[in-house]
Amino acid sequence: PSNAAPPPRPGRRRPQRPQRRPSRRSIKMPAVSKGDGMRGLAVFISDIRNCKSKEAEIKRINKELANIRSKFKGDKALDGYSKKKYVCKLLFIFLLGHDIDFGHMEAVNLLSSNKYTEKQIGYLFISVLVNSNSELIRLINNAIKNDLASRNPTFMCLALHCIANVGSREMAEAFAGEIPRILVAGDTMDSVKQSAALCLLRLYKTSPDLVLMGEWTSRVVHLLNDQHMGVVTAAISLITCLSQKNPDEFKTCVSLAVSRLSRIVSSASTDLQDYTYYFVPAPWLSCKLLRLLQCYPPPEDGAVKGRLVECLETILNKAQEPPKSKKVQHSNAKNAILFEAISLIIHYDSEPNLLVRACNQLGQFLQHRETNLRYLALESMCTLASSEFSHEAVKTHIETVINALKTERDVSVRQRAADLLYAMCDRSNAKQIVAEMLSYLETADYSIREEMVLKVAILAEKYAVDYSWYVDTILNLIRIAGDYVSEEVWYRVIQIVINRDDVQGYAAKTVFEALQAPACHENMVKVGGYILGEFGNLIAGDPRSSPLVQFNLLHSKFHLCSVPTRALLLSAYIKFINLFPETKATIQEVLRCDSQIRNSDVELQQRAVEYLKLSSIASTDVLATVLEEMPPFPERESSILAKLKKKKGPGAVSVSDLDEGKRDGGGELNGAGERGPESSVVSTPSPSADLLGLRSAPPVGSAAQGAGSLLVDVFSEAGPLAPASGVNDDGFLRFVCKNNGVLFENQLLQIGIKSEYRQNLGRMYLFYGNKTSVQFVNFTSTVSCPGDLQSHILCTPPVDPLVEGGAQLQQVLNIECLSDFSDAPLLNIRFRYGGALQNLTLKLPLTINKFFQPTEMGSQDFFQRWKQLSLPQQEAQKIFKANHSMDKEVLKAKLLGLGMALLENVDPNPENFVCAGVVQTKAQQVGCLLRLEPNIQAQMYRLTLRSSKDTVSKRLCDLLAEQF
Amino acid sequence: IICCPPPLQMQFMLLFSRQGKLRLQKWYVPLSDKEKKKITRELVQTVLARKPKMCSFLEWRDLKIVYKRYASLYFCCAIEDQDNELITLEIIHRYVELLDKYFGSVCELDIIFNFEKAYFILDEFLLGGEAQETSKKNVLKAIEQADLLQEVRLGGGDLHGI
Repeated sequence: PSNAAPPPRPGRRRPQRPQRRPSRRSIKMPAVSKGDGMRGLAVFISDIRNCKSKEAEIKRINKELANIRSKFKGDKALDGYSKKKYVCKLLFIFLLGHDIDFGHMEAVNLLSSNKYTEKQIGYLFISVLVNSNSELIRLINNAIKNDLASRNPTFMCLALHCIANVGSREMAEAFAGEIPRILVAGDTMDSVKQSAALCLLRLYKTSPDLVLMGEWTSRVVHLLNDQHMGVVTAAISLITCLSQKNPDEFKTCVSLAVSRLSRIVSSASTDLQDYTYYFVPAPWLSCKLLRLLQCYPPPEDGAVKGRLVECLETILNKAQEPPKSKKVQHSNAKNAILFEAISLIIHYDSEPNLLVRACNQLGQFLQHRETNLRYLALESMCTLASSEFSHEAVKTHIETVINALKTERDVSVRQRAADLLYAMCDRSNAKQIVAEMLSYLETADYSIREEMVLKVAILAEKYAVDYSWYVDTILNLIRIAGDYVSEEVWYRVIQIVINRDDVQGYAAKTVFEALQAPACHENMVKVGGYILGEFGNLIAGDPRSSPLVQFNLLHSKFHLCSVPTRALLLSAYIKFINLFPETKATIQEVLRCDSQIRNSDVELQQRAVEYLKLSSIASTDVLATVLEEMPPFPERESSILAKLKKKKGPGAVSVSDLDEGKRDGGGELNGAGERGPESSVVSTPSPSADLLGLRSAPPVGSAAQGAGSLLVDVFSEAGPLAPASGVNDDGFLRFVCKNNGVLFENQLLQIGIKSEYRQNLGRMYLFYGNKTSVQFVNFTSTVSCPGDLQSHILCTPPVDPLVEGGAQLQQVLNIECLSDFSDAPLLNIRFRYGGALQNLTLKLPLTINKFFQPTEMGSQDFFQRWKQLSLPQQEAQKIFKANHSMDKEVLKAKLLGLGMALLENVDPNPENFVCAGVVQTKAQQVGCLLRLEPNIQAQMYRLTLRSSKDTVSKRLCDLLAEQF
Repeated sequence: IICCPPPLQMQFMLLFSRQGKLRLQKWYVPLSDKEKKKITRELVQTVLARKPKMCSFLEWRDLKIVYKRYASLYFCCAIEDQDNELITLEIIHRYVELLDKYFGSVCELDIIFNFEKAYFILDEFLLGGEAQETSKKNVLKAIEQADLLQEVRLGGGDLHGI
């Protein structure tokens, strides 16, 4: 109830009271708004409020706009007051949602008024209606500069507020140098310091390159010791942001923050006077201090750490004390600090005692009468579930959480409960949790069903000890929520059944039974069709599921299905002909009927015609080869998991906790433990079209491959791989002519590369250097080959989940070039740093020229081959401006780095360079000739590439044109 | 390139009435007017559709919305996923207290007719989405000083007032 009835009840008097002009206010509050009652504005606002319709309102506004325009344009110079009033009216009109395209100049004029309210309205207008007109910006900056120099603290604050509100690059350019000075100057008033700190923060966020803290760093950090609590409160936001970006420079803030926190936590509720909020001392500052500490690992200094642990214990103890007030503000403020403290405890993840205490505290909240607290407890427990120290403690609350899932009235709370169940799931409770989630699905809100389905599918796969349970679960999923079962989910169950011969018989039996239901979901028909087509023979011995019964059952669903499902069923039928010759006549009959062989859908018609023909002319042997059982799919990351990640977006705690290999090593269906080093072909981040892995399935025989490609059509509807966005390719081009160096570097991470190549093989060493003093958690680096690149190169990467502060991690990629390629593989790196998910995608500098074998030859030989390669498509040529030094030695070095042989005395013109080499791929060797003709005077080059393959000439030419 | 994500940042604050009329908007991240209007429309709808006993937090796009209703007005803040919901709820409350103290039992009409004051008070309390001064006394002192300043300089607003 306290939540519903906050103490001050603004507007508790008449919600529908009669129109009242603010001028009457001045009677009640003589000290306030006496001089600036803009009567004209109040009248205008009343008019607008009295408008009966939108049209009337627009009419009134247009009238006012015309009036203001004429005043601004009129011959009579307006006094400051009128200008202020009109600018304020414009602002009001803008805030109603109408466009305002004039008045900026008048507002800027107000800035230089020496009357405070005029200046104030001018600044407000500028802050709300930022304008990019450069002349205006110059004038605004000028006015701000004057106010900053005025030494009048109220004027300075106004100017600083304006900078903080607008925060444009232009303002950063003009003031980023001045504000740090104001912030740390000894004679700056406290209120100005507060504004300056937050103003600087805003500028740092928009233009970090312009805000140079260098010499101010230590003085800014020491603002944490300031006597004025308001100054500390403002400064700490700045310090937190700066620490996140430059942790090392700001390291000293840790001990200062701990002692400040300790003083607040141990103070009596009255010590901090007006900074005490409903008997809670400085809640905002406490939260910010705890947040700042989350930028760093636990303090190394024992005394500091001891003090901090003491603070955290005190905060946990206070949660158990009886409340000092019944007001919800008291408990909210107190719990805000508690939750922030728990975040810090989770961030450290090193104090088992605190983690378990935190968990118990949250456990109490799970049953609290405040919905807000239940929501937050569920949310916070999700992160606790991923800590090895508290995972077990979280699990003890399973019944409460299940109950929340069933009884909470607010869907957002139920969603949290589902997330927590997912996060606390392990092998010991998987069956219970999956069962509860399944039963919840029957009544779940539509908005969260798809996500629930994905989660159930992941858990079932991850913790399946026996696969029959897994198959049962997925089929149940389809039965209960078939509409929400995405392709990924049913593809996955098929992959797993095909790869596991111990479950195939059970799967066939179960789908057969499931299909008996009079109404079953189309997804069930798909799974059933596929599985019976492959493994129907395993249950055909039972007369109740004889081949003909199976076929009739499938075919009874045929007419209710969509085209893709029918296509799949047709493939199942032809497989039946192979498995059970006794069904041949019946099936041929079906294929032959008009509705199949003359179907208006071209895909269905083609299948019917081809399958019919195949079954009539092919011998049993040929049929058996063509329709052989599908080969196992290559193991890879579950694409369902990838889909869930995509759905939740980065930073979703509950998802990252379940990243592969975090908690359980083996035991997963597709766990890393079961993968041989060679068996994993490519780790692909789930292009959904390729989920069944048909494209990369190893060919068993050419005929079988043919059947495979027929089946591919069924799935080809799924969209192509989305283009990789946000890929960094800065470093990429620097590696065309060299093999070693730094590929990428930012404030956190440096990535170095060493690589060596021999013939069509290569080995690339990637070095990930953690530049901070903090551990990177959940570090993963994955190499993916977008598009069909994986058919051209193979990379096998291992992964390590943890990089210590200051440490370096090495990853080795073994590379094989299968055929020539143009695109580069992508390297995706993810890790958590200070709680924030970092995600980075780079182009791996793997280019076709790395597989060059240099070829030495004489002049005659060269030109003879040159002439042989004279077809237009064999040549690629570019004429381009020099971007780098044209010095002969530099060019030579680059060409040598390219990997071809640099041929001396071949070209008649000694200024020109010619090279020869052979690109070694597994599929073929591609001979290449190169000619580079520099023109020093024009600072231009002509580059010509000739090779026996057009794609190679073109790619090399493109790559090289960027190098000179 | 996506790397170090910016530190937690309040994205915006909106005040709107039960009828869905926007009374105050403060944006702490740069957005186009079109985007602002779209967000406002969607959010007002979402929040108004919620029932009274529901929890004060909801996930919306990739943000978290913290809201509370005071009489006829909804106060609504958008924060980032990892940010502290409860302290944000109290930021709202402190702002309400400041308005209440300044206007003397504030109601929606005060905010409509003195919208500029509502902005000034907010700027004293929160700057760039961060708490600048959490002491009620200090914030009101700053506002009152400013009010005083205008009286002194203007020397009797009534001359212009009508």
